[in-house]
Amino acid sequence: MNASYEWLRAFVPVNATPAQLRDLFTAHTATVEELVPLRADLAPIVIARVKEAGRHPDSDHLWVTQVDAGGPETLEVICGAPNVTVGALYPFAPVGTTMPNGIKIERRKIRGIYSNGMLCSARELNLGEDQAGIMELDVAATPGTPFLAAVPMGDTRLVLDVGANRPDLLSHLGLARELAAISGKQWRLPEIPNLGPEIPKPAQVSAKGTTGGIEVRVSAESRARRYLGAVIRGVDVGPSPEWLIRRLDAVGVRSISNVVDATNYVLHELGQPVHAFDLAKLRGAVAVRRASPGETLVTLDGESRKLHADVVVIADDRGAQAVAGVMGGRESEVTQNSRDLFIEVASFDPKLTRSARRSLGLNTDASYRFERGVDPALAPAALDRVVRLIISLAGGRVDGAPVDVRGTWPEPATLTLRAKRTEQVLGERVPMDQARRYLEGAGFVVHSSSESELRATVPTWRVDVSGEIDLVEEVARFHGYDRFPDEIRPFRPTTTFDDPLWTVANRVRDALVGLGLFETRPMPFVHATEDTYVRVRNPLSENEAFLRQSVLETLARRAEFNLSHRSGDLRLFEIGSAFLRNSAAMPREQLRLGALIMGRRHPPHFTEPRPPMIDMWDAKELAAVAASAAYAGRQVELVPAAKAGDVLWHVRVGDRTLGNVTRVALDAPVWSSPAYGVELVLGEMETQPAAPRGGHSYIEGGAHLTVAVSRYRALPTMPPAEFDLALLVPIGTTRSDVENVIRNSAGELLESLDLFDEYTGEGVPQDHRSLAWRLTFRHPERTLRDKEIEGRRNKILGALEQELHVRKR
Amino acid sequence: MSDQIPQYSENAAAFIREAMAAFSAASKPEELEAARVQFLGDRSGRLKALQVALGQLAREERPMAGRVFNEAKSVVTQAFEQRQQAIQRSAGQAEAPADLTMPAREVWRGAKHPVTLVIEEIADIFRELGFTIALGPQVETEWYNFGSLNFPPDHPAMDAHDTLYIEDDVLLRTHTSPVQIRTLQRFPPPIRILAPGDVFRRDFFDASHAPMFAQIEGLCVDEGISFVDLKAMLNNFARRFFGVARTRFRPSYFPFTEPSAEMDVECRLCRGAGCPVCKGTGWTEILGSGMVHPSVLEAAGVDAERYTGWAFGMGPARIALQRYDIPDIRILYDSDVRFLQQIAR
Repeated sequence: MNASYEWLRAFVPVNATPAQLRDLFTAHTATVEELVPLRADLAPIVIARVKEAGRHPDSDHLWVTQVDAGGPETLEVICGAPNVTVGALYPFAPVGTTMPNGIKIERRKIRGIYSNGMLCSARELNLGEDQAGIMELDVAATPGTPFLAAVPMGDTRLVLDVGANRPDLLSHLGLARELAAISGKQWRLPEIPNLGPEIPKPAQVSAKGTTGGIEVRVSAESRARRYLGAVIRGVDVGPSPEWLIRRLDAVGVRSISNVVDATNYVLHELGQPVHAFDLAKLRGAVAVRRASPGETLVTLDGESRKLHADVVVIADDRGAQAVAGVMGGRESEVTQNSRDLFIEVASFDPKLTRSARRSLGLNTDASYRFERGVDPALAPAALDRVVRLIISLAGGRVDGAPVDVRGTWPEPATLTLRAKRTEQVLGERVPMDQARRYLEGAGFVVHSSSESELRATVPTWRVDVSGEIDLVEEVARFHGYDRFPDEIRPFRPTTTFDDPLWTVANRVRDALVGLGLFETRPMPFVHATEDTYVRVRNPLSENEAFLRQSVLETLARRAEFNLSHRSGDLRLFEIGSAFLRNSAAMPREQLRLGALIMGRRHPPHFTEPRPPMIDMWDAKELAAVAASAAYAGRQVELVPAAKAGDVLWHVRVGDRTLGNVTRVALDAPVWSSPAYGVELVLGEMETQPAAPRGGHSYIEGGAHLTVAVSRYRALPTMPPAEFDLALLVPIGTTRSDVENVIRNSAGELLESLDLFDEYTGEGVPQDHRSLAWRLTFRHPERTLRDKEIEGRRNKILGALEQELHVRKR
Repeated sequence: MSDQIPQYSENAAAFIREAMAAFSAASKPEELEAARVQFLGDRSGRLKALQVALGQLAREERPMAGRVFNEAKSVVTQAFEQRQQAIQRSAGQAEAPADLTMPAREVWRGAKHPVTLVIEEIADIFRELGFTIALGPQVETEWYNFGSLNFPPDHPAMDAHDTLYIEDDVLLRTHTSPVQIRTLQRFPPPIRILAPGDVFRRDFFDASHAPMFAQIEGLCVDEGISFVDLKAMLNNFARRFFGVARTRFRPSYFPFTEPSAEMDVECRLCRGAGCPVCKGTGWTEILGSGMVHPSVLEAAGVDAERYTGWAFGMGPARIALQRYDIPDIRILYDSDVRFLQQIAR
């Protein structure tokens, strides 16, 4: 919403500067996002004094002047004006200034002498047509003072951020009401020069009526709350006067003609959109109705538009002439030749206007206001204002009493505000007589008030106020949010506890960062062709029309992005949602970890200039670390995939498979190393309703959150006995096969079994590999004898031979 | 009879002590060799003497003394080998002292995402005041996202929430506020929660907009919770997080709070004087907040006459941009490792 500082001051005679007005509105009403000085182009201009002036040696009309522009040195400036006077003050454009006409002032030689800037005429500053010479200023200002500070000139635009609930603030009238309530002053309509007498009172009818010989019919389906029409005959369409052009310019509206400008003026002054039709172009009755099937209209912007059946139109006997509340039609537009006008002042239905605006893709000043709600009670005053303004600007006369077709609109509510409730919500007592003053200032009618409560009727324009809590807000903001204290008061502890998924995510994140991985937070949109993916109905682009099924697919794209920037050492992870299609409308949502690793295992060092590359065994450990962090105290196992392929291992936690370790295929440059991925489910997001609407279903607090813990085992006091076993293992027999046999045959004193070498080649038969383990035995209470160890060793070897045909190397 | 054992153990310990001292004292190979002969020599070394002494002990004392002997042998032999290696190593570089300015053997260091860092910092401040963390799904129903939060159906208030839909009634949440309702339905007051999470808007991806971004929501509901508590908690947060004392609260509109307020903190660049970054206002917008609308409490089955509450929502991504001087929001999503390692630690 653009507002003009001068226009507001014409409503409420406050002495506040634009900046003070900004602060008042921001503190009490709506945020002023920006102050736009409308002659900002004059900001570089400063006041300067001519100290000396002499004739230019090579010219008979140029002067060489010495100018004090506030700087440390006097400037030599060439000037061609006949009226240059020593000692006088002039607007001065220093070198570097861009003039209103776009020309940049540079240090430049004029007939052999450098000129360091320009003394300006009114025309050069776009301040009038006076070309007699430079602009002599009669002000008390020292040289160097900004011109705008010394010669206040030009309005200031306030750009406000008005909430969707406050359509009443979309006009100078609305802002003036607030300003009056804040400042305690009265507001009044600004005076308009030569405004004629009031127009005849409109005749109230329902559904249809006549004005100036024109029948006006409003259908129920249009849901128009109120529709006023008036006929003006004999206008002269022409240019607008300077004051009107300036007002509209201040809010960013271009002047078109006196009649159109008058309608725009009333829209911005009162918030009432007005449409003027060229009466000569209308045939028969004016009807407000829904568009008929296949109906089209060429709107003011020259576009031919198909009208949806929800769209409300203003039609004559031939068809649609305007889209109600959105935009007029090209055919009935007011032009230079228009003589007779039909003036429409209406309150259209917000929802129908909204759907018309959306289906047509047309956002106008009018639709913006109708969508939010235009006060039906405002219409008669607005009609009177616009008709009189048009007549004062363009002549003509009203033909008969205007017509006022009344539909229905909600009666203003009368609400009770309790002092206790106000204090409960705001935390501080605001006396009811003070609350009463705030509300009355804002246009509420207060019927009764006591120390404990008051009753107030909501003004018709305040569509946002429907309950007591809305009155509490009125009191709070007029009182001033900044006046409430901010002390920390005693509080009771919460019944809630951390979502277990948060705790798990933190543990996993810490573990992976500790392992040297970078956390990423990319978007979950992917391109997909399979129908197992969840699809977004209205995606921004087909390239990201689906939600991912795994975190790893996003990370793979992020890895490719990095590879394209020649980063090949990649250790990325993300903790985020994956979306799985479901028979129900709600997809399943799982919180998952995805990790992708590739490149060198550690940074190069002078002791090891070429570190080894990350391989599948790194990925296997990464999965184990992540799963142990996520599922503390639970059994984590990496189970080899049954089939050879991209999946290497499944991550098994207890008896559930919750993830996998994979080779990741990337669109990668030749120099890059293989990539490995880990995907792990951390938990299911609860997507079902927590309770029926309007109800609750409280859960018992927290016992299920107890974490499984590891327990203390007595540390050994006896020495271990160790030996190594190098075995020839046939291909096809796995490490875990061998270890199972060893464990089963070694007895309970086997403390640990660590595979430390794999070898194939010389000395190892074909179809075999050599694997070496270190076995550690320990008895809790005594030292093991060599003989005992030897016995176990033989038993193990015997079992291996018998069960697996595995022999000692 | 058995009092031979302590004496034997003492002899073994003395052997260890003296052997180790002799090995450390040796700095040249020939010195070390002399020490070896003295202590570990096959014929006349001290170890040999211990072995001989072992044979002279009573039979029943031998196992225990044998363990002492084995231990002593292994310790001294290891010490000898270590010293031998050390002397060999230093032999090659005896004259040149090590260049200690050579780089350490680095490890890859990981990092949390900058947005995570901001979320954690915000959460830490509120956790000190008794808040816990709540999460909710990113795919939500229309009721949790809009209906329960008092959004008027088909109203311009929805324009700021341009929504990505999955089905008629199913959407990608446009804010973290649905977590308010889910929490109020699952836990009785008093409630103090923070709800961090990613939210979605149908916005084009450019330097200052993203179709997905992080949000963090706060909710506090109990008897006697008021606008004063809202200001207290949020001012405390601003002081702790931004290190500025000055904040201001402006009237605003959110369907789910009433009264609603936006909080600004003093612009960190100009300290309130007005500069291009804050568009001359001297303030930086930080968060939206307000007293929970009674109809929101009622949507979750909470008695709105008895209980009141306040709520806020803010954007950690936007805060991260300011805080780390990141010029383009897309950098947060690119996952460029060169960027990710800049901010961390």
